[in-house]
Amino acid sequence: MRPFQYLQPATLADVIVAQREAPSAVPATFLAGGTTLIDLMKLGVMQPERVVDLRLAGSDFAQIRFDGATLRLGAFARMAEVADHPVVAASFPVIAQSLSLAASPQLRNMATLGGNVLQRTRCAYFRDPTWAACNKRTPGSGCAAVDGANRQHAVLGTSSQCIATYHGDFAQALMALDASVVLGGPAGTRTIPFAALHRLPGNTPHVETTLHPGEIILDFVIPAGPWASRSLYLKIRDRQSYEYAVASAAVAVAMNGDVVADARIALGGLAAVPWRAHEAEAILRDAVLDEATATRAAEASFAAAVPQSHNAFKIALGRDTLVRALLQAASMEVRHD
Amino acid sequence: MSDSERKTEPVSKRRRNFLIGSAMTGVVPVIGWAGQAQATTQAAPVDARAALNVALRVNGRLHQVQVDARMTLLDALREEIGLTGAKKGCDHGQCGACTVLVDGRRELACLTLAVAAQGREVVTIEGLAAPDGTLHPMQEAFVAQDAFQCGYCTPGQILSAISCVHEGHATSPDQVREYMSGNLCRCAAYPNIVAAVLQASQQMGD
Ligand SMILES: Cc1cc2nc3c(=O)[nH]c(=O)nc-3n(C[C@H](O)[C@H](O)[C@H](O)COP(=O)(O)OP(=O)(O)OC[C@H]3O[C@@H](n4cnc5c(N)ncnc54)[C@H](O)[C@@H]3O)c2cc1C
Ligand code: SF4
Ligand code: FES
Ligand code: FES
Repeated sequence: MRPFQYLQPATLADVIVAQREAPSAVPATFLAGGTTLIDLMKLGVMQPERVVDLRLAGSDFAQIRFDGATLRLGAFARMAEVADHPVVAASFPVIAQSLSLAASPQLRNMATLGGNVLQRTRCAYFRDPTWAACNKRTPGSGCAAVDGANRQHAVLGTSSQCIATYHGDFAQALMALDASVVLGGPAGTRTIPFAALHRLPGNTPHVETTLHPGEIILDFVIPAGPWASRSLYLKIRDRQSYEYAVASAAVAVAMNGDVVADARIALGGLAAVPWRAHEAEAILRDAVLDEATATRAAEASFAAAVPQSHNAFKIALGRDTLVRALLQAASMEVRHD
Repeated sequence: MSDSERKTEPVSKRRRNFLIGSAMTGVVPVIGWAGQAQATTQAAPVDARAALNVALRVNGRLHQVQVDARMTLLDALREEIGLTGAKKGCDHGQCGACTVLVDGRRELACLTLAVAAQGREVVTIEGLAAPDGTLHPMQEAFVAQDAFQCGYCTPGQILSAISCVHEGHATSPDQVREYMSGNLCRCAAYPNIVAAVLQASQQMGD
């Protein structure tokens, strides 16, 4: 691990004021739970010169609040706290499930929601700097995965420069529920749709988000649409537990009898970024939710999929995962629809 | 310094001296960035390798150690404080062998910086038994159920299991399997571990 300077400011105001007043040539890297950052620093993949620990400063943004219309999740809330929160589990099951099916209990006690959505890919070539070619780690160096072992890689949203998968689970729930994210930085606060946070790899896979330098995620804001209570997260893995998704689906459906009033779908383990399946949603709207419709919707969401040498199975697996998730959502017992 | 505090001689003193010797003098502000920001930018270059004085509260005792900012809590426990109960399996958050309790919750010492653990309460396997040697009910249950073979994963399993019970996640074999999945066992003692967790959960009364 490269040497770094460690700072632990007491409040977020201190962090933001200091950035505004004393901009430094050395950009700060934020430390939240550390479960991505420390791991990648040990591997030499991330080499920050200045680490700003937000554990104390972020504690003002660690709350879970629901006013009946909007759920606000502080970016510094731990995954475990949110997963086990009774209101979240009852009114936003897809959120609770995406979190409790991720990582391990120890990691969920450490990891924050903000750090979670910013986790980096598990592409083995990205994680191992002895591989020279990785455009995400070293811009312009090429991509070792294109001709390498790419079973875990993405089939949606990739580019010729990078085919890495975005592995996070929670982000799929946020995508499906139309969440927005509140950001604070040297230039003030702003709110953007969560869907605008991550960038497709394109020709710049090393630029993963639209965050401005020094900006901190403060809150996730999730509207309680009529689809939120009939929602779930289905995660398919190589082993039963403590494993990333090979394919997953976050679905939220508002029903009018047998007919779909509105459907929100995101797909995990399959795409380069958190992935909203708008094509599938359009097919489901106003249709009777049965296996035939669900299959048509699932096929539509993979129409533009591009398989690599080892991961063509992900297209069929992703389709089947979505069909199963939709049929499970249709049969959920929900109090009011 | 109260009775429960003691200064710990670094176990790896020789290597530490080398690190200090190679470091230039520099002050690393740890708390209060706003006040220190100017000093930080002006007193360049701050040598990131300078040793930091860190106070770690482990098993109820305060330990003063000098650590490099890069040192993890796991290495500080094992190499500086001399508590080798927490084990290093993968060093990357994947196996659970380094599980300790931090502020009462199970966390991974290998992904925690020692300097970031200041002000937090750490409990390791060495802190579980009563002063007279009476084992914690979870330790008793692991012995009674023969829940280990080589024992390498066991300290992490036991601390994780105690949390699993406190969290209310030890109500059925399936639930124990799911909520103990962060602790791998190369000897595959899993069936006996599940039995031990369920046995202790009754004795712990949660
Ligand atoms: C073995 C293992 C298995 C895992 N399995 C899964 C899984 O199945 N599913 C899953 O979804 N995840 C999984 N993860 C990933 C894990 O969930 C993430 O590492 C974790 O959520 C990151 O959160 P953190 O608080 O620890 O982030 P950190 O490591 O502290 O930070 C991550 C990044 O985000 C930045 N950052 C953090 N907080 C903020 C903020 N508020 N504003 C701006 N920037 C910020 C940091 O600078 C850093 O670059 C796994 C991780 C491990 C090690
Ligand atoms: S897929 Fe992306 S992250 Fe993986 S080697 Fe290629 S460029 Fe790097
Ligand atoms: S040593 Fe920490 S999880 Fe393996
Ligand atoms: S008892 Fe040997 S690794 Fe678990």
